Amino acid sequence: MSVSVFAFYLFSAGAIAGGLFTVLSRQPVHSVLWLILAFISSAGLFVLLGAEFVAMLLVIVYVGAVMVLFLFVVMMLDVDFAELKAEMARYMPLALLIGLVILMQFVMAYGAWDANAAAEGLRAQVISADRHNTEALGVILYDQYFLLFQLAGLILLVAMIGAIVLTLRHRTNIKRQDILAQMYRDPAKAMELRDVKPGQGL
Amino acid sequence: MMQADLTVILPEIVLAVYAMLALIGAVYSSRDDLAPALVWLTTAVMAGLAVWIATGTGGTRIAFGGMFIDDGFARFSKVAILVSAAVVLVMSQDYMSRRGILRFEYPILVALTSVGMMVMVSAGDLMSLYMGLELHSLALYVVAALRRDNVKSTEAGLKYFVLGALSSGLLLYGASLVYGYAGTTVFAGIVQTVSQDDLSLGLLFGLVFLISGIAFKVSAVPFHMWTPDVYEGSPTPVTAFFATAPKLAAMAMLARILYDAFGGISGDWGQVLALLSLLSMFLGAVAGIAQRDIKRLMAYSSIAHMGYALMGLAAGTEFGVQAMLIYMAIYITMNVGTFAFILMMERDGRPVTDIRALNLYARREPGKALAMLILLFSLAGVPPMLGFFGKFYVLRAAYEGGLIWLAVAGVIASVIGAFYYIRIVYYMYFGDEGEELDTRSSPALWGALMACAAAMILGIVNMFGVEAAAAAAAATLVN
Repeated sequence: MSVSVFAFYLFSAGAIAGGLFTVLSRQPVHSVLWLILAFISSAGLFVLLGAEFVAMLLVIVYVGAVMVLFLFVVMMLDVDFAELKAEMARYMPLALLIGLVILMQFVMAYGAWDANAAAEGLRAQVISADRHNTEALGVILYDQYFLLFQLAGLILLVAMIGAIVLTLRHRTNIKRQDILAQMYRDPAKAMELRDVKPGQGL
Repeated sequence: MMQADLTVILPEIVLAVYAMLALIGAVYSSRDDLAPALVWLTTAVMAGLAVWIATGTGGTRIAFGGMFIDDGFARFSKVAILVSAAVVLVMSQDYMSRRGILRFEYPILVALTSVGMMVMVSAGDLMSLYMGLELHSLALYVVAALRRDNVKSTEAGLKYFVLGALSSGLLLYGASLVYGYAGTTVFAGIVQTVSQDDLSLGLLFGLVFLISGIAFKVSAVPFHMWTPDVYEGSPTPVTAFFATAPKLAAMAMLARILYDAFGGISGDWGQVLALLSLLSMFLGAVAGIAQRDIKRLMAYSSIAHMGYALMGLAAGTEFGVQAMLIYMAIYITMNVGTFAFILMMERDGRPVTDIRALNLYARREPGKALAMLILLFSLAGVPPMLGFFGKFYVLRAAYEGGLIWLAVAGVIASVIGAFYYIRIVYYMYFGDEGEELDTRSSPALWGALMACAAAMILGIVNMFGVEAAAAAAAATLVN
């Protein structure tokens, strides 16, 4: 067994185990930790595929930022997961039945499906060997899909405006920080030194 | 290459850059009393862009490798979207500032949602279609909940958001199936792999999911459930906005994807649209009867009207697209006028939406009551008004497209639906004595009401050239 095959099985097992225990573990904090394992294993699989940029993104963005945020949310919110699970259990038989029906439909449908012969030719080209994948992604994102990239930026802007419109309240009866006033504070006026004699007080 | 592409999307760039500059200016000055000025400025920018697009060069221009298409169809839709958005913005100013919900973000969000709608109708790729759709709907979710201290308004926003996310999921699932089985997301590529005799089941699945996702946006039955609640809960000017430009944008986007990407199998999607159309017409007509709240009534009215517009598309012909565009243009005009009237309905300065409050309204305000009568008859499709001609066009399109049963059903549904429009007329002219509504009216609202009512009568001469423009637009889409 070569190193890469061994690494593949290692990361695959890690990803599957991580995904499984994310769902199965009773402690939400443990779920989040298992999910981090799943992400790191997937990042390893991406490295094996030669997509090191995506792997780094997965580690930095998902593990570094999103999951840590999740961890904080789970720890700070007092959600009673046992109660949620009990609620879920009531609908479980029906959900399983629907899931089974959909699964059977998909099995039947996928068995009969075939793609159009012209579809293969229209498929996007795999990146050429002389260009590493970070550069290829950059070209796609900032050149070919320039319009989509900018539109995505506008969508995020709208989301930001929306969050502020719906939550920000301008309160007038609170004290705000005034940086200029703080900087121009005169120590001579702000405090006074007094020599207090023992046993007398002010 | 990039420069040529950018000139094609210049109107969108101008509007987006305007919105961002206005936002920066308003945030730095941090004064909410700037909002009325921003409303007027945004209206001016959008009206100017509409004139620019309307008088712009003809021909079809394709940018960003097929992702963005600027043709006659897109220009017709963009002009209608910008004009109606600008008019509704002007109408909302007085109402919102008197209730203290006119914040400077409102005109900016309307401008950004208009950018999204302009991208939607010009999309030449599943990805740009989705981006436009999300940009437009995200801003709409926010304005639906604009009156954030009101439970109904926040409920409307949240409900719209959750169901909208669900429909986006459906749409994306369909898009991913189409991508998988067609090998590309560009419409020009998809249309090559779609042919009548060799249609893969995967593509058909994807198409059905795509239609379902878009049917939610046009509130066609059975994806209509959000409409009455969102219409009722949102502030009335926002409801007026929902009922006009976004409906046209979603309908034009549906036509765009069906003809540009799936033009070869009009028989397959035609039957799906015919069913949606039939259900929408009847549910809108029947369920509206029980409504006493005029905003909910207008929601069911819009569901029914979308059914008629879908009938034009279901025909699968160039004339069908033309009929749909004419129908939507007339529908928008009628709704602008009707909502101008609804915005003026108030008692002691508080908005009233119960239709029984209109009892004997004609005695006190004969002019406004007459204008409303014309608009309601037009909504119902009573012959001399313009609304009749809209229905006539789609019925003719369905008849010529071989959907005679659908046309007959459309006539029946329109007779049923006429009941609730005429009931309002009855209340206004022959109702009982009751508490009176205020007679206050703002010039913008009064002007919009009277202009739309006049258009319903005067438009029967030549439809103000909309017919020829719609024919030219439909010709560029269907070829």
